[in-house]
Amino acid sequence: MTTLRTAAALTSALALCASLGTAHAAGGDVTVGLQLEPPHLDPTSAAAGAIDQVLYSNVFEGLTRFGPDGSINPGLAKDWDVSEDGLTYTFHLQEGVTFHDGTTMDAEDVKFSLDRARAEDSANAQKALFADIASVDVVDPATVKVTLSKPNGNFLFNMAWGDAVIVAPESIENIKTNPVGTGAFTFSNWVQGDQITLTKNADYWGEPAKLDSATFKFISDPTAAFAAVMAEDVDAFGGYPAPENLPQFEADPRFNVLIGSTEGETILSTNNAQPPFDNPKVREALAHAIDRQAIIDGAMFGYGTPIGTHFAPHHPDYVDLTGNSAYDPEKAKALLAEAGFADGFTTTLKLPPPSYARRGGEIIAAQLRDVGIETEISNLEWAQWLEQVFRGKDFGLTIISHTEPLDIGIYANPDYYFQYDSAEFQGVMAELNEATDPAKRSELLQKAQTIISDDYVNGYLFQLAQLSVVKANLVGIWENSPTQATDLTAVYWEE
Amino acid sequence: MPTAKLSRAMLFGAFLSLLFISAALLSFVWTPYSVETLDIANKLQKPSAAHWFGTDHFGRDIFSMIMVGARTSIAVALVAVGIGMLLGVPLGLAAAAKRGGLLDEMIMRGNDLVFAFPPLVIAIMITATFGPSATNAIIAIGVFNIPVFARMTRGAAISLWTRDYVLSARVSGKGAARISLEHILPNVANLLIVQGSIQFSVGIIAEAALSYVGLGAQPPIPSWGRMLAESQTMISFAPHLTVFPGMAILLTVLGLNLVGDGLRDYLDPKLRRSKT
Amino acid sequence: MLRYTLKRLLSLILSLLVASLVIFAAIEVVPGDPAQYMLGINAQEDTLNALREQLGLNQSVVSRYFSWVAGMVQGDFGVSYTYRTPVRDMVAERLWISLPLALYALALAILVAFPAGILAARKRGSFLDSTVMGVTQLGVAIPNFWFAMLMVLLFAVSLRWFSAGGFPGWDNGFWLAMKALTLPAIALSLQQASILTRVMRSSLLDTLSEDFVRTARAKGLSTGQALWRHALRNAMIPVLTIIGMQFSFLIAGGIVIENVFFLPGLGRLIFQSISQRDLIVVESVVMILVFAVIMVNFAVDLAYAFVDPRLRRRT
Repeated sequence: MTTLRTAAALTSALALCASLGTAHAAGGDVTVGLQLEPPHLDPTSAAAGAIDQVLYSNVFEGLTRFGPDGSINPGLAKDWDVSEDGLTYTFHLQEGVTFHDGTTMDAEDVKFSLDRARAEDSANAQKALFADIASVDVVDPATVKVTLSKPNGNFLFNMAWGDAVIVAPESIENIKTNPVGTGAFTFSNWVQGDQITLTKNADYWGEPAKLDSATFKFISDPTAAFAAVMAEDVDAFGGYPAPENLPQFEADPRFNVLIGSTEGETILSTNNAQPPFDNPKVREALAHAIDRQAIIDGAMFGYGTPIGTHFAPHHPDYVDLTGNSAYDPEKAKALLAEAGFADGFTTTLKLPPPSYARRGGEIIAAQLRDVGIETEISNLEWAQWLEQVFRGKDFGLTIISHTEPLDIGIYANPDYYFQYDSAEFQGVMAELNEATDPAKRSELLQKAQTIISDDYVNGYLFQLAQLSVVKANLVGIWENSPTQATDLTAVYWEE
Repeated sequence: MPTAKLSRAMLFGAFLSLLFISAALLSFVWTPYSVETLDIANKLQKPSAAHWFGTDHFGRDIFSMIMVGARTSIAVALVAVGIGMLLGVPLGLAAAAKRGGLLDEMIMRGNDLVFAFPPLVIAIMITATFGPSATNAIIAIGVFNIPVFARMTRGAAISLWTRDYVLSARVSGKGAARISLEHILPNVANLLIVQGSIQFSVGIIAEAALSYVGLGAQPPIPSWGRMLAESQTMISFAPHLTVFPGMAILLTVLGLNLVGDGLRDYLDPKLRRSKT
Repeated sequence: MLRYTLKRLLSLILSLLVASLVIFAAIEVVPGDPAQYMLGINAQEDTLNALREQLGLNQSVVSRYFSWVAGMVQGDFGVSYTYRTPVRDMVAERLWISLPLALYALALAILVAFPAGILAARKRGSFLDSTVMGVTQLGVAIPNFWFAMLMVLLFAVSLRWFSAGGFPGWDNGFWLAMKALTLPAIALSLQQASILTRVMRSSLLDTLSEDFVRTARAKGLSTGQALWRHALRNAMIPVLTIIGMQFSFLIAGGIVIENVFFLPGLGRLIFQSISQRDLIVVESVVMILVFAVIMVNFAVDLAYAFVDPRLRRRT
């Protein structure tokens, strides 16, 4: 619920295209490995990032779109006007845009998409993105007016999400198996359990794709991923799941390893409402008992940036607060004794499937044992984690990466699963939502980061790195992951 | 000639089995290193004098982990066999006592039903409901031992019911339950021992497979299957992480199978002729 | 015979009913909300409810059970929550990988086990016999997923003869698909081949010592001739029984191997669906597997009863 880089970002629109210019071969096919297969192909009715990984920007486009550096660029809207009071956005659409089934994309489709997302029976997983929309009106086929109920500095940012892409009423019925969008690639085939193929859209309204086709191959097992890259079954692997293998790829001239940033703050989430974690002293002890570097080395083989608060280090407003919770087991023991737990205590540590959680969990368990805290580890599937931890709030500790961009606002909700309830923090967030002055917003964001760090709400571990392995002559794969996407529109083979 | 070879194989099997059982027992009082202390600075060391089998990705001593892992494997398999015997044998005896009757039919159809479920699927379902743990692995493996023992006991007991000494016991007025306990059970005991050793080794593999797919004992308790799963991505640059736990499973199961075969031949001379 | 058949048929229907109840109940108690899984942590309560309504999850347990069973009787296994495609089509598609894989593995096992078992029986007590027996002991003891990992390391990563896994689909050529199934089939068949070799050998040795074979040998046939003409045919009964048992194991038992080689087969479908809480798929796939095994047992029982009338009385 916070800032935006709009001012700077909008002017740098389409900066990605500037990188072109070297000799490159037009055409060709690419096979991209991904860990997770989409459950279905409708990005507007599921939380699964896997859907966006395949379709975002390639098949579906929104009014605005994320650039590789996280900037917000024009998409189907070529430009827009914002009213003085910040309540009315008038979008001027690109003209001559057609959906892959040949129907025209116009203001009616935009109205349909936004109204569908915010409707009563909407199944949109990010319905909150549309919460401030009061009405959507068609001015003429190329102009849409969106009226907000209150100013929202994030509105253009929200419209860039995969959950806000423009879909057509003509093709909505079968969207889950046959997605029809406006992007530079058209959906061609899905072998469930194995791969999805996209082909170049010859009638694309903008800069056409350079590849003739793209295949996404789903390989959930990290060992299999390693073998598939080594055997050159895939040309690139986005979000490579096993950091321990990267040195081998780096040593191999056939591959390039890309290490970028994500929006994922990996934290030791702590149940603030459950004793003994309702005692700030205990949480402080926890923070000093954890050796972040050992976790990054042991669980991520060195990839990851230490964080001291819930904020992405590459963000301009980030404050480095890692010193606040420096590794100091003696201090941790002293704090525990002060809190009345000189002999330690036992708690639960519930771990979801990703390896950062499973490995990090074992390391944290050992570190906590050193200061007298015993943990009972249970490895959970996602469905169990959602049920027990996220909904049931039945946990002491858990490890999780919060991958939504700019999500510090979750700390203002006392019902959120870690149950942090601070009037001061909630006040800062309320003020931030009203604030429009960039300097003021910056200041408030930094204040918010400091509050949660000082309250030791959660154990702040590291910012998840985006790890990709790419064939040496494949150019244009995003290094960073400002949103979950594999944008192939500017990817090409170098000769 | 075959007999000599046979006992050599059995001795070798007994040696392997004892090796792992004593490693498991020893681990209660001593391991070269603690398996709970991580030493990330010393991760992925090759085998050396200090670490005989090297260290894993957290710097833990693999030799020590295999010792403690033996404990997990053996405990899970042993209890699972116990469950199978405790529930399966009485069911088999009852079915044989009422052979051809409704009870028999129900027990046998129940057996078929359990057999019809793919074992791993049952394990997955139990885990999805109750969460993964060594206990749930024991239950999942134990459930499948019940029909194995029930079927075997019934088969052997039915033929015993036609023997003269059983007939004379019936004439003297003993009830079916008493006959089953006094006359039938002692005579199927040999078979039970042989089947027990087979199921024991099946249980070791099953435990490894379950913990390999994440359905077994939870960290920090080491288990061979999970060691294999965790080391899988490192097989290409640190093969010792995969080789040693794999060898541990292989040798334990091999040892138990050799012992089982030897026992069968010893206890059931009829079979000595053909089955090695 | 008719009475016996009817009786078995009745117990078959009862078994299937019990199985369907057990499966439904077991999956009903699995915690986890499919809607929450699909919509993730930012989903709002009204959105979750709308999705549950769409999926029919808001109906009562009883009515869901009956509509599931009623659908199955008509060959309709419901529609997957996550993929939104009919479960029947999904299963059919996956079966086209699991079934060929099982057949391939079985064929490999038979190809190895028959010659090895026959040779070992013929040269009983020889060095060859001990070698075969030793190798099969190892084959039974090796965890197949570990063996699979080692094969991937050698043949896919180092030698690059095979791809590490995945399945190109039958549309892209028969041989390409078979190649993709080769390593998994070898991994899957190792244990089966070992068991089958041992059964083959011991079964042959048993029949070789039986009277009619002895008579044949007394009439002047050599060991080899006696083996080919008489023993082999009679030894086939236990061998075939084992093959029958192994086949159903191979269909369901490939779960772990399918995971190692990321083959989109039935086993992986179960794994995936349960973690996604796509419960209708889990229910239906498990029911289909159980149904197949029960039907095979039923057929086998009838066949035995037909051959051996004494069995009819014993049920």
